[in-house]
Amino acid sequence: MKPCGSDCLLLDCHFYVMRTKSTYSLVGTGLSCIRDDRVLFEELAFKLVSGQVLLLEGKNGSGKTSLLRILCGFREPDAGEINWCGDAVKDSQFYAQMAYVGHLDGIKKELTVLENLKMSVALSSAGQYSIDEALTKVHMADYDDVLVQALSAGQKRRLSLARLLITENVLWILDEPFTSLDKQGIALIETLMTEHCANGGMIVLTSHHDIDLHGVDVQRINLS
Amino acid sequence: MSLSRAFFAVIRRDLVLALRRRSEIANPLLFFILVITLFPLGIGAQPHLLQAIAPGIIWVSALLAAMLSLDSLFRSDFDDGSLEQILLSPHPTSVLVLAKIIAHWLVTGLPLLVVAPLLAVFLGMPNHALGILLLTLLLGTPVLSLIGAIGVALTVGLRRGGMILSLLVLPLYVPVLIFAGNAVQMAGSGLPVDAQINILISILLMALVLAPLPVASALKMSIN
Repeated sequence: MKPCGSDCLLLDCHFYVMRTKSTYSLVGTGLSCIRDDRVLFEELAFKLVSGQVLLLEGKNGSGKTSLLRILCGFREPDAGEINWCGDAVKDSQFYAQMAYVGHLDGIKKELTVLENLKMSVALSSAGQYSIDEALTKVHMADYDDVLVQALSAGQKRRLSLARLLITENVLWILDEPFTSLDKQGIALIETLMTEHCANGGMIVLTSHHDIDLHGVDVQRINLS
Repeated sequence: MSLSRAFFAVIRRDLVLALRRRSEIANPLLFFILVITLFPLGIGAQPHLLQAIAPGIIWVSALLAAMLSLDSLFRSDFDDGSLEQILLSPHPTSVLVLAKIIAHWLVTGLPLLVVAPLLAVFLGMPNHALGILLLTLLLGTPVLSLIGAIGVALTVGLRRGGMILSLLVLPLYVPVLIFAGNAVQMAGSGLPVDAQINILISILLMALVLAPLPVASALKMSIN
């Protein structure tokens, strides 16, 4: 198996399309975040490779979301750096290979379910599943022509998680993915996460719930 | 290929959204019509005075209508998280942002062009100036959207950015107002207006090339 690096990015894409488990890595070194003169975390380091999950734990306000937003590039870390497959995030294919579901759903309530998902595909590129398959997977198959404003909070959450399936990505960054989901919804998302890791993907998430992923290597970082 | 797909998908999505919340189109247009129709009532039966100040009235109203519509450019995307998804897209943010600005102009700027001739006749503007009025609006209103986008991108993260937005943007609108108003005035007197039109064209081209980049960076700052 070829490890990824700057010299074989094209190869990696090729491998990924074939669903071969090429090795991706997300490495953070010496990360720190200061907010309003308060140090949220300092000298934080982690290494995540394909098939692994990084679970961020900690009290409210301990910097979980800040760390995720730093990973997404919305915030600059106050110190330290993040590397994707050995390259700085800015010089790598990072944004073509990640997907983020945050506190905000990122879906338009005046558009239908289908229109929202089509937009997501247009913004990145088509992934493993078609829109219909993804909707079936999150148990929303009959909702494609429904305006999002008619959906419940849990259904909206499922819809934003369906976005992970229809776009091409390796890394999922999830901020409290289980919010407003019922028990079945939580079990469903856990299954999807397990599948994603088994296919060589990786996940960084925050959660108040205990996650139950069978046979997946879960690293935990407690920020408190 | 996929960049142009994303570009047109953004334009399409924003047009569909505008159609579903019609007040977004109606508000600036209604404002434009109301302000212009109030002038003859305020000034009284002085057709010559009205005719003389007609270019100014129309252009000042167009400028204020554009200001009024600016906030809707990124507000809803910022509030529901769609903006985060646009920034995370592997495509260049400046291109996607340009698509949003174009859609915004189609929704708020283009309707002004449709009603302007009617209102110009209403103010007693000579017929031979109508063509130039339309031309200046066609060249000038996109500039208002492009320059305005920089201001909105800088202030969208602030809860009460309205005042700062006007202070930021209005001074930058002045050159457009001067050259466009002057061109219509000159055309009304039967004088050549090539110089003013050429300047407007160059302002438009400059704004088209230079505006999207700072808009993209300002959005990245605002989303922080």
